[in-house]
Amino acid sequence: MADLLNIENLTIHHARQPLVSGVSLSLAAGERVGLIGESGSGKSLTALAAIGLLPEGMTASGSVLLAGQQVIGAAERDIVGFRGTAVATIFQEPLTALDPLMRIGDQIAEVLRRRARRDGRSVSRADVANEVLALMARVALPDPTRLARAYPHEMSGGQRQRAAIAMALASRPSLLIADEPTTALDVTTQAEVLKLLETLVREENMGLLFISHDLPVVGAAVDRVLVLRAGELVEEGQIAEVFGRPRHPYTQGLVEAARAFDHAIGAAL
Amino acid sequence: MTDATPALSPPSSPRLTPAFVIGATLVGLHVIVGLITLFWAPYDPTAMTGGRLAPPSLAHWAGTDRLGRDLFTEIMVGARIALAVGIGAVAIAATIGVTIGLLAAFASRTVDDVLAATLDILIAFPTLLLAMLIVAASDGASLGTAILAIGIAASSIVARLTRILARRVLAMDYITAARVSGTGWLGIVRIHVLPNIWPTLIVNLALQFGLAVIAEASLSYLGLGAPPPNASWGRLLQEAQATVYTAPFGAVAPGIALVSLVIGLNLFADGLRDVADPTRRRR
Ligand SMILES: Nc1ncnc2c1ncn2[C@@H]1O[C@H](COP(=O)(O)OP(=O)(O)OP(=O)(O)O)[C@@H](O)[C@H]1O
Ligand SMILES: [Mg+2]
Repeated sequence: MADLLNIENLTIHHARQPLVSGVSLSLAAGERVGLIGESGSGKSLTALAAIGLLPEGMTASGSVLLAGQQVIGAAERDIVGFRGTAVATIFQEPLTALDPLMRIGDQIAEVLRRRARRDGRSVSRADVANEVLALMARVALPDPTRLARAYPHEMSGGQRQRAAIAMALASRPSLLIADEPTTALDVTTQAEVLKLLETLVREENMGLLFISHDLPVVGAAVDRVLVLRAGELVEEGQIAEVFGRPRHPYTQGLVEAARAFDHAIGAAL
Repeated sequence: MTDATPALSPPSSPRLTPAFVIGATLVGLHVIVGLITLFWAPYDPTAMTGGRLAPPSLAHWAGTDRLGRDLFTEIMVGARIALAVGIGAVAIAATIGVTIGLLAAFASRTVDDVLAATLDILIAFPTLLLAMLIVAASDGASLGTAILAIGIAASSIVARLTRILARRVLAMDYITAARVSGTGWLGIVRIHVLPNIWPTLIVNLALQFGLAVIAEASLSYLGLGAPPPNASWGRLLQEAQATVYTAPFGAVAPGIALVSLVIGLNLFADGLRDVADPTRRRR
């Protein structure tokens, strides 16, 4: 079976400046991989290249196979056909991840209807409405019937992120790309959302590419991790291995920092 | 779809500011008066019905003009012309402006740069000057050319605003998410871009409506608007100019009509933002 995502020697340029160089990454069905690195190291750009949606003015070279199909150099209309089944994305800032002027229920319904159209099924309004409520219950949104009619600004940050996860689930992707999905949340909410993501990925047997700059967060969600620094991969391996015996000085620094932070928190509690 | 689910939360209701109510009332009055003239007017607007330059009286609420026509009737008909020009010009400006603005927002960097520069140049021309050039280039002044000219002149402003607003929406993560899930660009425009730029756009269109009314009066004042016997407010003002000291009401009456409609439109535009944008409700 082909990998969900296979990135080979990916390099991204902007105005002749390399922002990401020589990144390779493969992700098999049901596998959960973390991508960590400090701010500006190229994590988000790598994710955008994987789905063929790099910002204008950026060029990618190398190879990106998404569900076995080449993304780099492909025309947008060729990608549109399979991208929706192959992958869904969740972003850092839940406020910009949802349309501010659309009710939550309508936003989830939109994805459901698009998936039905893609599969050539016809669905009734009632079917869609029921599935919306089921999805909202699935991501543990309280009182789905009421929240379905709410606008994003009427919800809490954690609820918005749960709604974004419900939208991602609605398209039944085989790979979920989560770009710092919990960074904007407070610690308790962060732990809840993380737990939810982990459970869902396991139950749906989705692949997960989890992006974060936060070591403990990544450790909780993935099996394997890649460390990115200034656009280059510096370390890669099973989570225990990388965290237990970090080889690269940069990774050692990250682990040290995370430990110090944990101690500080522990002392404070 | 959510209409299948019961609404437990009270529907958010628009906040009606006093300014909005006053604006809507002023505009509404003009609309009613304009509609009435389609069926009825106190006098025949072209007939000589009394003495020349008569002051306001019970028979002639706003007096008569230098040909003895009833001024109140002419002002009523003028409201219809002003509204027709406003509606026509705004419809043209919205159609052309929104289309070009969206194309620019979706276009490649180079095409967008060219369009943006062209729009900036067009905007630098005063609306009136542009409208005059368009009227001059057509076979002569008529209500239609005035509408077309003002509409085209205003479309560059609408296009630039649309482009800026749409670009801002397109940079949002929910657009990326929608594209990932397979929404084409027409779908993006229909589902996300238009609803999100609409609240700001509609306010601007209402303001453009007011500017179009002023532009039409100015064109008519210069003799480039609807030719007589169309009783445009601008033409009434122009005709009253010579006798402004002896019969000031000939200029004051159409002036009040013009100003009240434009002020009404501006107040209406301000309040419209709160009505159109659900995130601004219930503050
Ligand atoms: N649209 C853009 N135009 C130009 N440069 C960009 C653009 N987006 C990102 N970059 C640059 O590319 C580099 C990598 O950015 P990227 O967003 O991938 O970082 P990141 O690892 O996701 O960081 P963070 O943790 O802050 O999200 C940064 O140096 C950034 O300045
Ligand atoms: Mg990022």
